[in-house]
Amino acid sequence: MTVNMTKGQAISLQKDDGGALSAVRMGLGWQAAPRRGLFGSRTREVDLDASAVLFADKQPVDVVFFRHLVSDDGSVRHTGDNVVGGVGQGGDDEAILVDLQRIPVHIDQIVFTVNSFTGQTFQEVQNAFCRLVDETNGQELARYTLDGGGQYTAQIMAKVHRAGTGWQMTAIGNPANGRTFQDLMPSILPHL
Amino acid sequence: MTAELVRGQNHPLPGTRLEIRISAGKPIVAGATLGDDRGRVRGVEWVAHPGAPTLPGLEVSRQAAADHRLAVDLGALPGTVHRVSVLLALPTGGAGPVSFRALAAPFVAVTGLDGTEIAGYTITDLDAESAVVALELYRRQGAWKVRAVGQGYAGGLAEMLTDQGLPEARALAAAIDDAVAGGLARSVSAPPPRPADDARVRTATQDHAGPARTQPAPPPGPAPADPPATGGPVDYTHPGRQTTAPPPPAPAVPQARPGEPARPVAGDATGWSLEERLYNQVWGMFEDLARTTAAYRSAVDFADSRREQELDKVLDDPRSRIGGAGDAARERARAKHTDLVGQARAALDRDLAQLAAEADVVEPALPPAFAAWSSPVWHAYRAPMEIPMAVRLGDLHLPERTGLRIPMLVRLPLERGLWIDSGKALTNHVTDSAQLRRLAMDTAVAHAARLLAAYPAGEFQVHVIDPAGSATGALAPLVSAGVLAGPPASGAAGVAAVLAKLTQRVDLVQMAVRGGAADALPPDLDTAEQLLIVNDFPHGFDDRAVTQLRYLADEGPAVGVHLMMVADREDAAEYGPLLDPLWRALLRLTPVPDDHLADPWVGHTWTYDPPVFPPGSRILRQVLDRVATARRNGGR
Repeated sequence: MTVNMTKGQAISLQKDDGGALSAVRMGLGWQAAPRRGLFGSRTREVDLDASAVLFADKQPVDVVFFRHLVSDDGSVRHTGDNVVGGVGQGGDDEAILVDLQRIPVHIDQIVFTVNSFTGQTFQEVQNAFCRLVDETNGQELARYTLDGGGQYTAQIMAKVHRAGTGWQMTAIGNPANGRTFQDLMPSILPHL
Repeated sequence: MTAELVRGQNHPLPGTRLEIRISAGKPIVAGATLGDDRGRVRGVEWVAHPGAPTLPGLEVSRQAAADHRLAVDLGALPGTVHRVSVLLALPTGGAGPVSFRALAAPFVAVTGLDGTEIAGYTITDLDAESAVVALELYRRQGAWKVRAVGQGYAGGLAEMLTDQGLPEARALAAAIDDAVAGGLARSVSAPPPRPADDARVRTATQDHAGPARTQPAPPPGPAPADPPATGGPVDYTHPGRQTTAPPPPAPAVPQARPGEPARPVAGDATGWSLEERLYNQVWGMFEDLARTTAAYRSAVDFADSRREQELDKVLDDPRSRIGGAGDAARERARAKHTDLVGQARAALDRDLAQLAAEADVVEPALPPAFAAWSSPVWHAYRAPMEIPMAVRLGDLHLPERTGLRIPMLVRLPLERGLWIDSGKALTNHVTDSAQLRRLAMDTAVAHAARLLAAYPAGEFQVHVIDPAGSATGALAPLVSAGVLAGPPASGAAGVAAVLAKLTQRVDLVQMAVRGGAADALPPDLDTAEQLLIVNDFPHGFDDRAVTQLRYLADEGPAVGVHLMMVADREDAAEYGPLLDPLWRALLRLTPVPDDHLADPWVGHTWTYDPPVFPPGSRILRQVLDRVATARRNGGR
C-alpha cells in the first residue's frame, strides 16, 4: 500500500503487519525533458546525484554519495552513479539502501538530497520522483513526486529519522542550489 | 551562504576552529605547511604530513585517501605563524596517476565544526602537476582569511617545499613519499570487487591456456598440449567459461527460529565453488567486522565530544556555579554519555557474537590453503591437483575483540613479494634481536611451507639465499624434507649464481610473453612458480646483487618469480633511498603480532598475527614430507 506523500508529510515506517522494517531503499528516478523544435531527439543528458547525509544530533557524521558509496559503518549503501537517468520508465535510476537495524546508535537522522551535477535546473527534468521501498519484499511504502521544475539545481527530498523505537520518514521537498551535497549543508540544517 | 571561490579570491573566516575537507576521487596525500610573516616555512617541524601528522592546532591524515578531513584550530597555532598552506600531492612509487591531469578536479572546502561550509574551491586547470597548494589560511590585521591558491608544481613536493623556503625540502619530500608508501604497503589490498568472467573458473589447465591472454600473464605452462581438441585450428570455446556443469548448490541455510538471528553456515556467500564461497565469506566477515567497529567507534567519539561540550556549557553558565544545578547538569551529561556508549556497545556485542558464531563454523570448513596450522585438515593433507584461489598469511584482529580473528587471505599467484620484518621497529618488539631474527626466519619457513603445500606437486619451487649460513637451524625442516630447489646458497659466489639464474628466467619468460612465443622457451626451463627466500640482507650482497633483487621485486611477480626478504630495514640504511622502492614493492609481515595493516574500507589499524604451529606439533614436518612424496610420484 503506497502513500503518495505531500510536502512536509510524515509517515511512520512500519510493515503492514505492524512489525518494524529492517531495510529500506530510497529510489530516485528522473528523465531529461525532451527539447522542443528541431533536433528534438537529441535530449540532453541530465546527471542527477542522490546523496544521503547521516546526522548525529545535527552534526554531519558521514555521507554517502557517488564518491563514497558506503557509509563507514556499512549501514547505508549507494548502488552507484547513474549519469543519464531515465533508463527504466518508472524504475529507480539511483538507489540508496538503508539497513535500519545496523545504523549506528548515535545517528538519528538521514537526509536524502538530489543534486544536478551537470548544472541543469529542474526545469529540464521531468517525471522525477523519490520513493521508499521495503527492501525485504519490494513493496513501495511511500512515493513523493517532484512538482514541476523550477530554477534550482538541487532538492532536499526527504529524511528518515528516529521516532521512539522505530523510524519515520518525512517528505521535505525543498529546493536548493548546489552541485554536490556539500553545497547543500546550509539548506539542510533548518530541516533537522 | 557558501562562497564558491575562484583562483586568487579570498574570503573572511568567521572562527578559528575549522575543518578542511578535500575530495579528489583518487587517493591523494594531504598536508599543510606553516609560514611566518614573510611566508617562509622555517623548518621541517612546520610541516604536517602523513609521517608527522600532528602539529599544535593542526592535524592531517596519515594515509593517502580520496577524501580527507583536516582539523584546524587557528587559535592554537604559534604566534609566529601567519600562514597555513593546505597542499595536495599524488602518492609516488605506486601504480597511481603521476599527474593531476588524470584526476577529476579536486574539491576543497573550509567548513565550520558543524559542517556548514564557509568556502569551497574546485581546483581546475591542473595538468602535469603532481603537487598543488590548494588553499592558504592567512592572518590579516588580527583576523584570519582563506584564499584559493591552486598553485601547482610539476616537480612535486620537493619543488613546492623549496618554493616555500624550506632548506631541507628535498629530504622532507622524500620522507613524506616514504611515509605515504609505508601507509600503502600497510594496507591489505581489497579483493577484486567482482572477478571478470575469465577469472571465475580456476583450473590448472585454464591457468596455462595461453601466454598472452591475461595481464599479468601467468608463466606459460605446457601450452601446446592443453587446448581442447576441437578439431580445427580455431578454438571456439570461451577461454574462461565452464561449460561442463553448473556449480554445486550453495549449502542451504536453515530457517532461523523467530526471534533468533539466523545460524551461520560455512560457505554462505556467492561463488562458483565451495572454495570461492569460503573465500568470499571470509572477506565478507573482514568487511563486516571493520564496519561494525567503525559504527561503534564513531558512536563513542560522538558521545565523548557531546559530553565535553555539555560539561563546557555547564562551566560557562554562571547560574550553575551556585547550588546543585551545576552538579545535576554534569551528572545528566555523564548519564547521557554512559547511556549512548552502552547502546553502542550492545550493538557491537550483538554483531561480534554473530561474527564469532560465523567464524566458529567457517574456520573448521576451510581447506588447507585457507586453514590455520592448528586445523585438523592439515593432518589429512594431500598435494592438491589445482592451484587454490588464495593462501592464508596469518590472522587479523581488532582491539575491541581480540579473540575474533579473521583469516588474512591473499590471492594466488602472489601479486607482490613478502618482507618478513626482523627489525626492532615492531609494536610488541622482542628485545633480543638474535631471537627476533630466528623468529622471522621461522615465520618465513612457515609461509614457504604453506605455499609449497598449496600448489600442486612440483609447481612451486623455493630457493634460499643464506650468505653466512646463519639460518641453518630455521631452514632445517625445508632442507631435510628435500623440498628446496637446491641447497641454501651461501657465500658471494652462491648468492650471485642464484640471482643470475632467477634474473635470467624473468628475462626469458618476459621476452617470450611479449613476443607471444611461449613455445620458444628452452625445454629445460622450469615452468613452476619460483620463490626466493633472502636471509641476512644486505650482508654479503654487492651492488650488482642489490640491483638484481630490485629487478626481481619489480618484474618477478608478473612472470611467477617472488621474493621473500627476511630483513631489518635499518641494516640496509646505508643504501639510503636507493632501496625504498624495494621495500615498497613488498607486503610487510612480522614474526610477532604487530599493528601495521589497514583494511581497505575504513582504514582501521589491525593487529596482524603471524602463523603459529600448535606447541609440540609435527605438522610442518608431516606436510613437507607429503609434498616431497607427491613430487617424487608426480614425476617432475
